[in-house]
Amino acid sequence: MSKILSKDSWAEIIEALSSNWFRTVMTAFGVLWGIFILVILLAAGNGLENGIRQGFNGMATNSMFMWTQTASQPYKGLPKGRRYNFKTDDVPAIKQSVEGLQFVSPRNQLGGFRGSNNVVRGLQTGAFNVYGDYPEIIQQQPMDITSGRFINYSDIQEKRKIAIIGSGVRSALYDSGEEVIGSYIKINGVNFMVVGTYKKKGNNGDPEEMQKEIYVPFTAFSQAFNMGDIVGWMAITAKDGYSITNLKEQIFDVIKTRHTINPNDDRAVGNFDLFQEYTKLTGLFSALNFVAFFVGILVLLSGIIGISNIMLIVVKERTKEIGIRRALGATPWSIRAQILLESIFLTIVSGMAGIVLASAVLWFVNYQLDGMDTSEMMFINPSVNIGVVFIALTILIVSGLLAGLIPAQNAIKIKPVEALRTE
Amino acid sequence: MGKNSLHVLKGINFTVSEGEMVSIMGSSGSGKSTLLNILGILDEADEGTYTLDGTLIKNLNEKVAARYRNKFLGFIFQSFNLINYKSALDNVAMPLYYQGVKRNIRVEKAMHYLEKVGLADWATHLPNELSGGQKQRVAIARALASDPKVLLADEPTGALDTKTSYEVMELIQGINDEGKTILIVTHEDDIAHMTKRIVNLKDGLIIDDSIVTQVRAKANSYV
Repeated sequence: MSKILSKDSWAEIIEALSSNWFRTVMTAFGVLWGIFILVILLAAGNGLENGIRQGFNGMATNSMFMWTQTASQPYKGLPKGRRYNFKTDDVPAIKQSVEGLQFVSPRNQLGGFRGSNNVVRGLQTGAFNVYGDYPEIIQQQPMDITSGRFINYSDIQEKRKIAIIGSGVRSALYDSGEEVIGSYIKINGVNFMVVGTYKKKGNNGDPEEMQKEIYVPFTAFSQAFNMGDIVGWMAITAKDGYSITNLKEQIFDVIKTRHTINPNDDRAVGNFDLFQEYTKLTGLFSALNFVAFFVGILVLLSGIIGISNIMLIVVKERTKEIGIRRALGATPWSIRAQILLESIFLTIVSGMAGIVLASAVLWFVNYQLDGMDTSEMMFINPSVNIGVVFIALTILIVSGLLAGLIPAQNAIKIKPVEALRTE
Repeated sequence: MGKNSLHVLKGINFTVSEGEMVSIMGSSGSGKSTLLNILGILDEADEGTYTLDGTLIKNLNEKVAARYRNKFLGFIFQSFNLINYKSALDNVAMPLYYQGVKRNIRVEKAMHYLEKVGLADWATHLPNELSGGQKQRVAIARALASDPKVLLADEPTGALDTKTSYEVMELIQGINDEGKTILIVTHEDDIAHMTKRIVNLKDGLIIDDSIVTQVRAKANSYV
């Protein structure tokens, strides 16, 4: 075995392959192309995945949003069509009775899409979404705090009238360069001090609208806008290892008992299950990945068949040479090893070249994308990880071996006496 | 190979002792090449025995046959059979490669044999840059490289003109003088008479086996 990997046998292989350069290169091209397609397809799938995932940018995907609707069935003497509201007490109740929840954030909201002007600062006015929130919300719907701070628990306890405004709000209410922190804005006639600014990333929904939001402490919101103990809606995130999709029925049951709703009433609680949507997308990406592998490997296969074909011709052509070698004392194994090594070597070298070429193309694409603001694009950072490259290499070695197997077997079938028969 | 088997050799019984130089003669179809193939362990007789250097050659697997060929035998062919993408030196070094000799030692030995056949200056040339006589001399050097017991030559001068034929024969005679056993298949009378013993084959049988006085090949004496 040691002989197989010696310098001499490599020299033999190089010599044999370089004796017909053109043919070697043409053959190698088949495999090069196959692995090139494989890598590019995988990278493109990855780029798309990265782009879509960026839409969820750091959002806690194991989350759902829950709001009240009207009861659709009569229950315990209460009529159908009854309206009800979540109460602040529901939050600790859910936390207690459902295991595996990370955050349960009650939220309230003012304004909304195309709402009337509700925020005033000096002479400027604007219509913005105003949310009453708990500090955890920043972990469920991440945003970059560009200056100042976000809501904390002291704000909640002391019902401080403070606000964190988006960059869209800032540009509507302030002149550029004006100090924002410490200034006051009037929301529905109540003054709030601005203590922070944020900027949201991602392309999910309306990117412009997302910057036009104002966050205030939940308790201050309730007090300032007379919400009492009403909770508009909730954002609930499950812990890692739990799936919100599995937990949500339990949460609904808690709500239904607390608000006297028929346990069979499926319409009383509205919800949007982000995790379910996310799972669907993930499934799509696995499918994409599968298609990439499938197509790539098929293309690679045709390249490998090319190599096998050429090796057959090579063996045929070198019948005489093989005969001479046998007469000079080459064992069948050494002949077989040489043909196999030639095939593997050719496959690996051309495969490497394909990987290098594909990497160059990917580098170029990334280089082009680098110059752009990719925060709102569907396609970013196309790449394959090193694991995939190793898988591709393994496929190459195995397939090189397979490609050489039949030709090598043919080669040792040649009897020296036939090979040397003078023509 | 095919369905019709043909019995070429019909009973050959002869012994060659060490240091002999024997020519096997016969018209085409007489079985002389088949005999040589059997002697060269390239082919195997379906009946009878063949003993080489005290070793019975029978039912060898390919691996052992390859080792015996490498160790005991050197081949010289009519069409030289050099590997055309390898230099003269590499061609000569080939049997040593299959013996597992290290590269530097291999090159050294191969160079020695190339010198012996007078082609040291042509070591780096490819076979197609050499004349027929030179090619055959490279082939002889290659046959000698593994220091075999027996040299088997199949029409070594068949593809050469008379002058080069004599040069090659002179070289072969010189090798025999050093004690190597040599078997030459030929159908040329003058070549046969440059050996020490002529075995005549006809239709697979030995019809004549006689010691002859060796005619020394003199390349330069030929006009």
